[in-house]
Amino acid sequence: MPVNLPLSRPDFIEVENFSFHYGEKRAIFDISMKIPENQVTALIGPSGCGKSTLLRNINRMNDLIEGVRHEGDIRIGGTSLYDPSVEVISLRKRVGMVFQKYNPFAKSIYENVIFSLRVAGRSKRSLLDETVERALKSAALWDEVKDRLHDSAFGLSGGQQQRLCIARAIANQPEILLMDEPCAALDPLATLKIEELITRLKSQYTIVIVTHNMEQATRCSDRTAFLYMGKLAEYGETVQIFENPSNPETEAYITGRFS
Amino acid sequence: MQSGSPKTKTPFATTGRSRKGEPWIWLTAAGLALGVAMALGLFLLILFKGAASFWPGRIDLMEVSIDGKTELIAGYVTQETERRDGARKVHEEIQVFRGNKDLNGEAFKYIDRANILKSTRPESILLVERLEFGPAIVNGVAVETPQGRIEVGKHGFSDALKTMLQQGADSRVRLLKIERKKIGAISRELEALGRAKRSQSVASNIAADRRKVLQRDFDRLQAEAAEIRAETAKSKFVGVAADGREIVVQSGSLLGFFESNRAGFFGRVGEMRHRIWKFLKDDPREANTEGGVFPAIFGTVIMTLVMSLFVTPFGVIAAIYLREYASQGLFVRIVRICVNNLAGVPSIVFGVFGLAFFVYFVGGYVDQTLFSDKLPTPTYGTPGIFWASLTLALLTLPVVIVATEEALSAVPRGVREAALACGASKWQAIQRIVLPASLPGILTGVILAMARGAGEVAPLMLVGVVKLAPSLPIDDIAPYIHPERKFMHLGFHIYDLGFQSPDAEAAKPIVYATALLLIVVVVTLNLTAILIRNRLKKRFAVSSF
Repeated sequence: MPVNLPLSRPDFIEVENFSFHYGEKRAIFDISMKIPENQVTALIGPSGCGKSTLLRNINRMNDLIEGVRHEGDIRIGGTSLYDPSVEVISLRKRVGMVFQKYNPFAKSIYENVIFSLRVAGRSKRSLLDETVERALKSAALWDEVKDRLHDSAFGLSGGQQQRLCIARAIANQPEILLMDEPCAALDPLATLKIEELITRLKSQYTIVIVTHNMEQATRCSDRTAFLYMGKLAEYGETVQIFENPSNPETEAYITGRFS
Repeated sequence: MQSGSPKTKTPFATTGRSRKGEPWIWLTAAGLALGVAMALGLFLLILFKGAASFWPGRIDLMEVSIDGKTELIAGYVTQETERRDGARKVHEEIQVFRGNKDLNGEAFKYIDRANILKSTRPESILLVERLEFGPAIVNGVAVETPQGRIEVGKHGFSDALKTMLQQGADSRVRLLKIERKKIGAISRELEALGRAKRSQSVASNIAADRRKVLQRDFDRLQAEAAEIRAETAKSKFVGVAADGREIVVQSGSLLGFFESNRAGFFGRVGEMRHRIWKFLKDDPREANTEGGVFPAIFGTVIMTLVMSLFVTPFGVIAAIYLREYASQGLFVRIVRICVNNLAGVPSIVFGVFGLAFFVYFVGGYVDQTLFSDKLPTPTYGTPGIFWASLTLALLTLPVVIVATEEALSAVPRGVREAALACGASKWQAIQRIVLPASLPGILTGVILAMARGAGEVAPLMLVGVVKLAPSLPIDDIAPYIHPERKFMHLGFHIYDLGFQSPDAEAAKPIVYATALLLIVVVVTLNLTAILIRNRLKKRFAVSSF
């Protein structure tokens, strides 16, 4: 599959009539949306509205939880994630993920970055070295760590650790990058760096980001989806959502009348 | 609460200890202090008594009137007690170790302080270590060698004594080599020959020829051993006990001397070191009351290590399945309860199970399939160190399973998810991320299991521990590792010395020393494991979040 078409596909990720249940509790109600390629799409909404659940379904991370069940479909590039021929592992190789709390492994910086290559069974030294340099440069971390690649990842600051996690997520060149509140545990300066990074990365990756920070959504996303009580309340260009919301709940939320 | 002066009235009584719950804090601290005091007291008692049993005291030469007659008694004062007789009169009584069991029958003598007429400490008195009858306490008289007799005090006496000691040690080494190794090898071959003859795998005339050759070798070695014995009998040490009777020690059974009353502080420290060293490296002698405990140390350590070798992989694998793969339903809950209850089963029950299942069932089956030529003599169908290790592995399995489960569940979910999000399979995530992160916790479980296993005695008595097993489970006789052999264990050694010994008084110091040693061995094993764990902790440290 070609990664970069000259024109980005507007329906790269297709969510169709998607509902999701944790046991008896229904978390997502019949959501349909199309996420375009090589753009940043922000999912916003109050806590418990289902935005993280939706995000974690794009790489089927929610499959790990017992007693979950879904209806509807999610497609990437036209292929259904739930097609019996799709292997979860190969899907996750195409969809990288960055978590709310930076979570590097108890390994060296180098080993952290190439973890996805290691588990894929690739161990050619030159490839690994190249990958580390490329991924760390993409994550704007190379200059800070190039002299201590074999030190423990826990020696880095919080912001650096989160950028390391981004480098780890993009090391195996996925097509999609999912970010679940990537700046929630970071200070404003580190947040700014990550945001710059997101803007830079969207030329290569389709990024879906969950955020509680309205400014962040306006600063770095192209499109924004507002989820409310498990439903998709509004979805459109970020500028339109924030300047001229059509849904009263969206307006109430983004102006801070409730959260 | 009543206040003495009613004029100061506080709406919220914040003072007063009882209201803040401080008595409870005090109580918890007291509980801890009590526990620490008990553990420390026990340890100090064993440390003191154990160390004291190696310290060479002074020999008193006492004139004692017993039943109207005056007797001379020389020995170490080992205990002082008070006793009331029928008329409620208090007697101060001392216990004296006078040695010379060959003359007196018993090594200890109880003497009423009031009956001691005179007590001195002559410098010439010797403590003589020998192979039989325990130590002798004598005055040296002479050394007799084939070259002649040298009286004490004459020129060349001490040199002759030293030569004799050396000769004795050499002859013991030579005898051991002949009797244990060479004659042992011949009798093993004779045995194999007998089996081959029975199964008719060797022609009878060849077997008979070989048997003749072996028999000739056997006779020759026996003659050689007899010759060495005769040689050592020619040199002897002659001493005289306090009561004037003569004690003769042949050079072959002479182990050493110590001039208790002449040695200075450093001399005595040196003697103590020497005694500790011998205690650690020698085989036991004379129903375990003399000599060292090396086979018991070796047996304890090997058994504990083999046990850990089995219990760790089984426990970890079981815990991984229980925690990571099994769906957490009713069945897993029941299994978990059973595992926890297994930890509460009395250890002797494990011993019975080990005997019935491992020794008789598995061991019997192994014998039938692999060692059928040796039957009816059992090889594995009899208690041995391998079965003992397996039994203890079973006994400590719950400890490892529970600790591993705890460690696995303590690995943050975010780290697991990160691994899976990188495209790792579940097994890859467990193997590369979760297991390394939980390794310190798993090792804590192994440490606890080792501590429990090394101190266990009851089940071992059924599955392989014996009173005396000088042949170690690992030695230089092919095939070098003998997992079927019976073994000695420090814990059982304590029990055997303290309660099964023919001379309980003589064994008392060794009981303390062995108890101290058992503690030292267990602590050493644990410390080693803790050191390894801390190294791993540094390597696989999980972020503090």
